[in-house]
Amino acid sequence: MKDKNIKSKKINFGQLTIPLIAIALLVIFNLIRDPGFFFVGLSHNNDGNLVLQGNLISIINGASELAILAMGMTLVTAACGGQDISVGAAAAIAGSVFVKTLKSGSGINGGKFIAALFLACIVAMIFGSLNGTLVAIFKIQPMIATLILYTCGRSIAYWINGGATPTVSSPIVSAMGSFIPGIPIPTPVLIVILMAIIFKLIFRFTSLELFTQSVGINGSAARLNGINTTFIKLLSFIILGVCVAVAGSIGVSRLGLINHETLLLDVEMDAILAVAIGGNNLGGGKFKISGSIIGAYVIQMLTITLYAMKVPSTDVKAYKAIVIIILVVIGSPVFKEKFAKFMNNMRKNVKGINVKGAEKA
Amino acid sequence: MMRSNDKRREPLTDTQLLMAITIGIFLVMYLLAMVFLQGGFLHTQQLFDLLNDNASLIIVSCGLTIVMIGGGIDISVGAVTSLVVMSCVLYLNNGGNLFVSMIMALGIGLAFGLVHGFLVSYLEIQPFIVTLAGMFFARGMTTIVDNKITGTVEPQKVAHEGFLKLQEAKIEIPWLGYTAKNGNMIPARMEIGVVVALLCVIVVFILLKYIRVGREFYAMGGNQTSSLMLGINVKRARFISYVISGLLSGISGYVFMMHTGAANATNAAGMEMNAIASSIIGGTLLTGGVGNVLGTFFGTLTLTTIKKIVVSSGLNDPWWQSITTGGMLCFFILLQSVVLKKREKDKKAG
Repeated sequence: MKDKNIKSKKINFGQLTIPLIAIALLVIFNLIRDPGFFFVGLSHNNDGNLVLQGNLISIINGASELAILAMGMTLVTAACGGQDISVGAAAAIAGSVFVKTLKSGSGINGGKFIAALFLACIVAMIFGSLNGTLVAIFKIQPMIATLILYTCGRSIAYWINGGATPTVSSPIVSAMGSFIPGIPIPTPVLIVILMAIIFKLIFRFTSLELFTQSVGINGSAARLNGINTTFIKLLSFIILGVCVAVAGSIGVSRLGLINHETLLLDVEMDAILAVAIGGNNLGGGKFKISGSIIGAYVIQMLTITLYAMKVPSTDVKAYKAIVIIILVVIGSPVFKEKFAKFMNNMRKNVKGINVKGAEKA
Repeated sequence: MMRSNDKRREPLTDTQLLMAITIGIFLVMYLLAMVFLQGGFLHTQQLFDLLNDNASLIIVSCGLTIVMIGGGIDISVGAVTSLVVMSCVLYLNNGGNLFVSMIMALGIGLAFGLVHGFLVSYLEIQPFIVTLAGMFFARGMTTIVDNKITGTVEPQKVAHEGFLKLQEAKIEIPWLGYTAKNGNMIPARMEIGVVVALLCVIVVFILLKYIRVGREFYAMGGNQTSSLMLGINVKRARFISYVISGLLSGISGYVFMMHTGAANATNAAGMEMNAIASSIIGGTLLTGGVGNVLGTFFGTLTLTTIKKIVVSSGLNDPWWQSITTGGMLCFFILLQSVVLKKREKDKKAG
């Protein structure tokens, strides 16, 4: 018995196997292709700050919005058994509110910046709770409920902007989008770390993780055990709203302008993909936020690798699709089962040959 | 039952009820548009224009309805349509054969359907991820084909003679036309694509209603475990549903090409979401087991009519179209949810 337990633990890395293997494969591939890919150096940027630069930094920096959205998406997926496809549109709305607040009145100071961020969060939370209401109270499939905001979200952002793509330039905004003077690490990366720590603390000191998982695994059983399933589902959407607002603000700060059409375009698909690559079941239930974060970095690393191989940005999708299919096929239970059987047969055959060989000898 | 009566009418099923609501709302909406907006809505050509513009959307929505009834989802349909248009246009422009181009369109669609079906049903991977990858692949291939062969990003126009003849061919219905100001009678024009679309609707309707596999889709979407116990080959049925959806996206690509006559890398952008919205408005539930292709047909018309109404009622700001569409989608989704909930309560009470 004891031996068996140890053995199963040895084989089973948990759900992080696939994303970790994917990262390892990408790293090995890049090492063989061009060891200089991982070069990280310190240099002065346009503002004269000493900052870290290199492909690795641009991967970690570029995946920030995706990682933040993937954290929230994991919660929604786990609780509701479905995905929010409106995050890109909602981020455009949040970004518009962010810019609109910054541009109201004259001058931008720290207080106004925080107020803008706060207001963007509130608006995104309101839209999140609208989605959540449809899902939790009206029992509509999450994908359909969020299809509404997906359809009209970017138009609402356009409306808020008054039919333009306003720009905003200020040291504070560019500090959020790129670097804080004196700190060589990109600010979006710091924000991701901060968000991850906040999630970790929430899970450490509340029962949110347990409750979310039980709602996702069996809603009626959770309800009979005294968990308010409606509230948990609504809460997951509101938390996603906060993530959306933060991601949207980062996206706006990076460019210094809000373009309702291109801000975080197609990010909803990537976020869902990150959740799936992270080994989380898209049908709800058990989840690991760390898996989703690694998934986000896998996606970004793949993209940057393809760019480094001089693949045009429009063609990247096709190659990405092939890698995704390979990853999910390897991760699928049927494939694992077949593979395990195949390996067992191999082992038996090898043993058989050995035994025969021994007999002959 | 207290009033057991021989002549008791069969109650509407969920599928029929949702479809009836859609058709009713479409008719009311169109009548209101005729009364208050007048203009183009008084001419039958308006209706035919709706069909002409959206023939490919109707075809794609039919396929999506089948997949959704089976409890799955296929978000690759728009991208496959786009890939078919791009490859067929390039093939025709490089001296291709008209007949072979049709086979090619079907072949591309079928290939996507086969791969999706195999991955979803036999390897049991989540359909959303599989078809998302399919969508990425088709979109990426569209630009690769476009860049590698033409080297430009300009839209490619078809110059093939036989195809142009096919594209020009329109079915004219004289008695449904309208009289122009100079007294000439202009007949109503319908493109061949519309005929193809209507044929697809009819074929899918028959498939879902009278053919064994069609009934299996409903059973599978309603409850997978019980249909497995009833001896239905669930894996095979699911496989077939994706193959049909792929095939229909191939047909839709050809119809799209017949309508626009040009290929652009951004063709059919966002079509998958429009198709999903059409199916939902038509009363198909994403949870599976409920849905009807006639409802989907009227769902597509409702979706596109509302966009036309917004434009003709003078809301010219570019954002109103999507905001109204979203609002209408919200209305339909809530209505369905409330109606189905009430029925469930009635069933429990009765």
